[in-house]
Amino acid sequence: MNFGIQQITMKKKSDPWLWLPILLLPVWFLIYHYLQPMTDWLIDVMLGMTKGAHLTEAMRFFLFEFPKVMLLLTLIIFLVGIIRTFFTPERTRKALEGKKTFTGNVMAAALGIVTPFCSCSAIPLFLGFVESGVPLGVTFSFLISSPMINEVAIILLYGMFGWKVAAIYVGTGLVIAILAGWIIGLLKLEKWVEPWVYQTHLGDSGQEEEKLTLTDRIRLGYEALKEIVGKVWMYVALGILVGAGAHGYVPEEFMAALMGKSAWYSIPLSVLIGIPLYSNAAGIVPIVSVLIEKGASLGTALAFMMSVIGLSLPEMIILRKVLKLPLIFTFIGIVGLGIMVVGYLFNYILL
Amino acid sequence: MEIKILGTGCQKCKTLEKLTREVVEQNNIDASVSKVEDIVEIMGYGVMTTPALVVNGKVEIKGRVPSSDEIKKLLTR
Repeated sequence: MNFGIQQITMKKKSDPWLWLPILLLPVWFLIYHYLQPMTDWLIDVMLGMTKGAHLTEAMRFFLFEFPKVMLLLTLIIFLVGIIRTFFTPERTRKALEGKKTFTGNVMAAALGIVTPFCSCSAIPLFLGFVESGVPLGVTFSFLISSPMINEVAIILLYGMFGWKVAAIYVGTGLVIAILAGWIIGLLKLEKWVEPWVYQTHLGDSGQEEEKLTLTDRIRLGYEALKEIVGKVWMYVALGILVGAGAHGYVPEEFMAALMGKSAWYSIPLSVLIGIPLYSNAAGIVPIVSVLIEKGASLGTALAFMMSVIGLSLPEMIILRKVLKLPLIFTFIGIVGLGIMVVGYLFNYILL
Repeated sequence: MEIKILGTGCQKCKTLEKLTREVVEQNNIDASVSKVEDIVEIMGYGVMTTPALVVNGKVEIKGRVPSSDEIKKLLTR
């Protein structure tokens, strides 16, 4: 019951929640800006550790990367939480209704990034879309981009690799979602959707759009922050801890033979391994950063990451309720192929 | 009063059910609380995001877990 009491007091003092973020923002920037010198000071002066020693550098990596990523996560998840209050699934569906093929796919993939989505809502969302006349292929573009292009992954990639890699991830993810949905639309696979889907009657909720004030939106931003950061911080810590360990102790070219450019088979292998592996984005990005540091090529590592996040076994099992197996395999096949193409593109052509 | 919690069994749906039952009990509200897990029935309410809270046939909240305070306000209006 503590939970409830806390929320009641939070609501009563709702005003401070409005200006608190503005007050905290300069503090945030100050900490973020001075994080590196602070970490160095702590390790070199306070603790007086030997520079260059494995343990020192592993600790330096963790004590810098973990707070940095958490700072980025806090700020951006909060902002995304606020932005998302403008993009409800109902509005997204309305925007997609009656949209034909390619334009619809582009819109669906883009809306998939900003519309809040949780895999437990995949079925009602799928039914809601299909019932109201959103074409199957367009629905798929949404279903692909929504989990694959994950805001936590974007933040982590930006934090650990810079904006270019983050942009590559978003861009290629969008292209895969658009094309895969478009192809599924062209193939006319409606026959592989469970027949009851088309017989389900979508009721009218009778609920007018909730009118949200700015304070409501900011409070929902806090809720998103509490929920998401509360859930992922452990994975971030664990991932960076593994990274820190590998940083000092695993030899530089350890992964080169297995996941380097010369190993052509590494991309399909990474994608295949990634499908049953299910981790959230927060855990996988630090691991990917270790793989790259130890000699894996960017394309292979990105393909592995996209496969882990975008193609998840639990989601497939959920979708099995509405899709027949051939459609699920087609879905995995097309998306998997797309991810492989992205991997090869980066390994051999662009970088 | 008839209260229904719509949800296919995810964590948030369980949280909403627990909170609702607590509110009903603590405030001695005369209501029957039931959980709807059948997806066809859930779709009948026009809900695309679970969990959802239905009071006397009307969808009051969907896609999020409200605070107990908010639930209390809804049920004691």
